[in-house]
Amino acid sequence: MRYEMRFSGSGGQGVILASVIVAEAAVAAGLEAVQSQSYGPEARGGMCRAETVLSRERIWFSKVTRPNFLLALTQEALDRYAPDLAEDAVVMIDDALTVPKGLDKRQVLALPILATARDKVGKLMTANIVAVGAVNRALGLFDQQALHEGVRLHIPAGTEELNWKALDAGAALVTDEQAAAFARPLE
Amino acid sequence: MTPKRILMQGNEACVEGAIAAGMRFFAGYPITPSTEIAERCAQRLPQVGGRFIQMEDELASMAAVLGASVTGVKAMTATSGPGFSLKQENIGYGCLAEIPCVIVDVQRSGPSTGLPTSPSQGDYMQARWGTHGDHPVIALSPSSVQETYRLVIRAFNLSEKYRTPVIFLMDEIVGHMREGVTLPDPRELIINKRHISYHDGANKQCYAVPEGEYVPAMKPFGQGERYNITGLAHDVSGFPTNNNQIAGALYTRLMEKIDRNLDDIVRVEEHMLDDADTAVVCFGGTARAAMSAVQQARAEGMKVGLFRPITVWPFPEAHLRARLPGLKRILMVEHNYGQMLLEVQRSAADRVPVSFLGRVDGTVIPPDDILRKLREMEGNAHAK
Repeated sequence: MRYEMRFSGSGGQGVILASVIVAEAAVAAGLEAVQSQSYGPEARGGMCRAETVLSRERIWFSKVTRPNFLLALTQEALDRYAPDLAEDAVVMIDDALTVPKGLDKRQVLALPILATARDKVGKLMTANIVAVGAVNRALGLFDQQALHEGVRLHIPAGTEELNWKALDAGAALVTDEQAAAFARPLE
Repeated sequence: MTPKRILMQGNEACVEGAIAAGMRFFAGYPITPSTEIAERCAQRLPQVGGRFIQMEDELASMAAVLGASVTGVKAMTATSGPGFSLKQENIGYGCLAEIPCVIVDVQRSGPSTGLPTSPSQGDYMQARWGTHGDHPVIALSPSSVQETYRLVIRAFNLSEKYRTPVIFLMDEIVGHMREGVTLPDPRELIINKRHISYHDGANKQCYAVPEGEYVPAMKPFGQGERYNITGLAHDVSGFPTNNNQIAGALYTRLMEKIDRNLDDIVRVEEHMLDDADTAVVCFGGTARAAMSAVQQARAEGMKVGLFRPITVWPFPEAHLRARLPGLKRILMVEHNYGQMLLEVQRSAADRVPVSFLGRVDGTVIPPDDILRKLREMEGNAHAK
C-alpha cells in the first residue's frame, strides 16, 4: 500500500511541519517516507501544500498525484484540493469549513482543530500538532513512541510538554467509532 | 550499533556530505530552491571551524569561493538557475586557473527567474557550456537524499584530484525532498586530500606537471610562497603568455586531464538492462518516476530497463554504447525541452532510435506518462 497524504492550509499554519512530522514518525517506525512541499513566493498567508508519501517498500516516485488522505485547514485549500482525491480518500478538515459539493460527507472527518489549539491547548500555533495527533489517531498509523520521536526532532527544546498536550488533545477529538471507521493502517 | 535512520532534506544532505568531505568555506547568495543549503551552512560551518559568508551577489560568491580555495580550503557555493548564470564567468576562471571547488545548482524551472519552486532540468547544457571557451567540466547529479550525501563527497574528491570546478547538478525534486537517510560513519568515507606542493625555492613553476601526468600539485596562497594566478593563458610559472605553443599545450592538458580519466570519473546506474530491448535514460530526481514506470512496464511484460547517468558530464557515452547491441529503442525522459537527448542521440548514432518525453511547465513527469509512452513505442514497433 502507498499512502499519498496532502496537508494544506494557509502559510504560517504549520502544515509543512505537520507533513514533516508524519514523515519523521514513519522513519522512526521503520517505514519508508518521502516528504515535499509546494509554496508560492509569499511566506505567510498564501496557500500552502505539503505532501508525504508512506510505504513499507522503497518509494521511487516521490510526488503525490492521487491523495488518499487530505488535511485542509482553510476553505480555499479544501475547495482547491478536494477534486483531486482518490475515491476512498479520508479527508480531515477544521469543522468551521463547509464541505464542498461533490465530496462525500462520509469520507470527511470534521474536527474543531483550530478551536482546540486556541482554547484547550492555549496556543493557536499548536494547531498543526493537534492535527497530527488527530490524523494519527484516525488513521491508526504509528505507536506513541514513533509519533513522539517525529515531533521531538522538529520542536524547540523545552516545548515538549506543550506539544504532547497538543498531540493528546488532537487524538481526543477522534471518537472510537470514528477511529474504527477511518482506520487505514499501512499494510 | 547500526547508525540511526533520520529524515533529511536533499539540500541538508548536500551540506552534511560537503562538511564530511572537508568543506570549510561557503560563500553564496541564497536563492530558491537552494536556500536551505546556505541556511544550513550558516548554522553548521561555525560548529566545525569553518566560515560562512553571504556575499552581495552570485558573481562575488563565486569569486570568494575561488579565493578561499587557493588558500587551501575546500570551498563550495550553491545557487539556482538565475544565480548559476551569474557564476559562469568565474567558473571559467576556476577551470583555467585550475582551482578546485564545488558549485551546487539546484535547478528550477524556466529561463530568467522562471518558476522558483518548480522542478526542472533545464540547466543541463548550461552546466557543460555555461562558461565560454573550450573547457573541461565534471558534473554529477543525484536522484535521492541518500545519494546526495555520498555524491557531493565524490564531487569534492574529483574536484581536488583533477584541480577543477565540479558542478553538483541537483534539482528541485531532490533538493526539497525529505526522506530517510543513514549517515555513514565518517571513518568509512574516502576523502581526497589536496595534492599540495611547498617550497620549490627559486623554481617558481607553480603549474609544472611531471612527465606523463596532467594535474599540477597546488601551492596554497598565503603560506609563504608568492606566485601568479590569472585567467589569461599562462606558462608554468603562472604568468600570462601569448606564446601559441604554450597556450595550446595548456588548453590541451586541461581537456586531457578529464578525457584521459573517464574510467575514474564516469559513473552510471543500470537497472534491468541485461535482457531489455528498451532503455529509459533519465537522470536526477526525474529518474525516480522513470524507475516506477520501468517496474510497472516489467509487470506488464515489457522488457524495459533504466540507464541513469550519475556523472552527467562528461556524458557516459561509452557505457551507453556498450548497451546498444541489445536495444531496439531508447526513451529519454527529462524535465526540459530535450538537452541530454542530444547526447543520447549522438551516442546512439543511427543504430537505435531515440524517443523523447519532456516537460517544461513546472509540474513533475508522473510514472503514468512514461508508461503510456513506453506502451506507445512498443505498440508502434509491433504495428510496423
